[in-house]
Amino acid sequence: MMSVPASWSEPVRRSPLLRDRANAAVTAVLGVGVLYFGARFAQWAVLSAIWRLPPGSTSAICRAARGEGACWAVVGERFRFILLGAYPAAQPWRPLVACGAIISLYAATAVRAWWRPWLAACWIAVPALAIVLLRGGIFGLPAVPTDVWGGLPLTLVLATVGFVAAIPPAAVLALGRRSPMPAIRILSASYIELVRGVPIITLLFMASIMFPRFVPQGLVVDKLVRAQIAVAMVAAAYLAEVIRAGLETIPSGQYEAATSLGLRFWPATILVVLPQAVRKMIPALVNTFIAFVKDTSLVAIIGVFDLLGAAKVVIVDPKWTGFGVEVYLFVAAIYFSLCFAVSRYSQRLERT
Amino acid sequence: MSPISADGPVLMPLAQSRQTAPRAWLRPRRPWRDPRVRALAWQALVIVLVGAAVAWVATQASANLRERNIASGFGYLDRASGFELARGPVPYSSRDTYARALALGVANTLRVSLLGIAIATVLGAAIGLARLSTIWIASAIAGSFVEIVRNTPLLLQLFVWYTLWQALPGPHDAIQLFPGAFACSRGLFLPVPAWHGGALVLDRPLLTGFDFHGGLSISPEFASLLAGLATYTAAFIGETVRGSILAVDRGQTEAAAALGLSRVQLLRLVVLPQAVRSMIPPLTSQFVNLAKNSSLGVAIGYPDLISVTNTTLNLTGQAVEAIAVAMAIYLAISVALSFMMQQLHDRCDWRAAGARIP
Repeated sequence: MMSVPASWSEPVRRSPLLRDRANAAVTAVLGVGVLYFGARFAQWAVLSAIWRLPPGSTSAICRAARGEGACWAVVGERFRFILLGAYPAAQPWRPLVACGAIISLYAATAVRAWWRPWLAACWIAVPALAIVLLRGGIFGLPAVPTDVWGGLPLTLVLATVGFVAAIPPAAVLALGRRSPMPAIRILSASYIELVRGVPIITLLFMASIMFPRFVPQGLVVDKLVRAQIAVAMVAAAYLAEVIRAGLETIPSGQYEAATSLGLRFWPATILVVLPQAVRKMIPALVNTFIAFVKDTSLVAIIGVFDLLGAAKVVIVDPKWTGFGVEVYLFVAAIYFSLCFAVSRYSQRLERT
Repeated sequence: MSPISADGPVLMPLAQSRQTAPRAWLRPRRPWRDPRVRALAWQALVIVLVGAAVAWVATQASANLRERNIASGFGYLDRASGFELARGPVPYSSRDTYARALALGVANTLRVSLLGIAIATVLGAAIGLARLSTIWIASAIAGSFVEIVRNTPLLLQLFVWYTLWQALPGPHDAIQLFPGAFACSRGLFLPVPAWHGGALVLDRPLLTGFDFHGGLSISPEFASLLAGLATYTAAFIGETVRGSILAVDRGQTEAAAALGLSRVQLLRLVVLPQAVRSMIPPLTSQFVNLAKNSSLGVAIGYPDLISVTNTTLNLTGQAVEAIAVAMAIYLAISVALSFMMQQLHDRCDWRAAGARIP
């Protein structure tokens, strides 16, 4: 018999697993339940699963096995569409590089030693680069219209660009809400509370349906751009509250000291108060960002094919109707790995 | 000279420093240096800019609407709607007005939100306590549930619930949950007590033809939306409950343990009464979030406020009014929920209640 390595067994031994009979009984019942459902899930997802179809065949084998085993063949066959949407098949490297650049940006942000001004510049440069790469039309790249963009790059671009674009207006709104001038305070507070008090979907509807009526005839704004504006408008209101909470942590003595040195409002705020507040805001900013990655999935409702929208398109295909659970589980795994990694990082930040 | 060098602030001689809030006898003679004048000017500028932007948008919108022959105003609310909706708490048919369709949408939104809040609170409290349990497997199950639910989009979870529900067998092979209660792809059918001929009888759902009739029928859309909203919010409430319990001062639990209270007594008599009050503000925002998130029901075909709004604006073309009405109703729901929770918060003030805690 092999002995269990000490590092693995230690948390089990240290936990009061079998401290008394009631605990033991609950542990046994829950353990049996977990084993039973775990085994049934494993049976469905792994043992009885169909991983690929013979070339050229229909989904009949999968239909025969429905309820018994998962049909991962749908993910295998439509993998590329779920991940990249209808982007031209000849140039998959463009969306892939865009995704890689944005994910590397997230990873680089996790290194605390790199929290310098150049990283802030990267948060502007990298999303811009990703958009140029996806859009094309310059540097000899063929132009690709936005209505075929889709999948993971679209989700990442919507969330990242929305977040970055929202920071300057959010800072102005947060300062406005703390302003001693009543008109500015009331306007800022109304915007923030109005946007936070209604569902995001109403604002997306507003962007997709009302917006074209508010601009002069003949000015056509791309559907994706409208969705992006709505995402940024929502982000501005939520971020304003994060920034306001960060500003509240800075004692007013800091601002008073800066003004007594002869700084006016804006220099005192930008050079003295904000740099101190930003460090305290970072964990809350990270949490808001996770919420935003998840909330961009709502654009699927107004017909933008982000990761979730692309998944919905796949299961509308008659060949694959009825295999929604497999496709959704695959998409859920992508969202989960992204959001879970970021949230673990934010928990570590909060502890230190 | 810039007052800030690369190495930090440079102190300037007093004579050079500018006063920002001078006393009366020091107030600068030039009015544009007076902070009060400047504040007024800034506010006037902002009001003029915002007003100009609103006016420009309004002119554009009314010009565009006139060109497309779209009416404006709320007159459409009194006209017959002409579209059908699933049966709900408000009697409605396609001959009724848009206002009545809206009332049905609001009733559906409130129904799923309030039921969802109740279930999410109970489930969330259980999850929060389970995560703090000394039983390792209970806290592990609760922990994995919270991580999975919180790190995937709610809309995706709703799609999964709805797809799973649709994969249930049809009415003829319905799963009998307990005698008289059935779950099938058409929904959930439960027996309900009802007055019939002066006596209280159990109204059971019966399979006649292709569907169940009688009893309480719950549509698959409602069931999926309720399940999705309740589990999603429960994960967040679980974290709130856990955080509030952990925030109770350690000395309190130690003192209670020293008095010889059991773990259950300790939780019930000492920790929970103190934790509940600090839980209320974060719970309020979770409840408001749940009510707002119920709008995602439109994606799985639940006839809520957003669904009615969407149909209305497609039929009448009056998008501005329809969306404004929906926003106003959601704002009213958010404000009402916050107000009720504030009342609860004030009543939970055990320091003010004084006498209740000896």
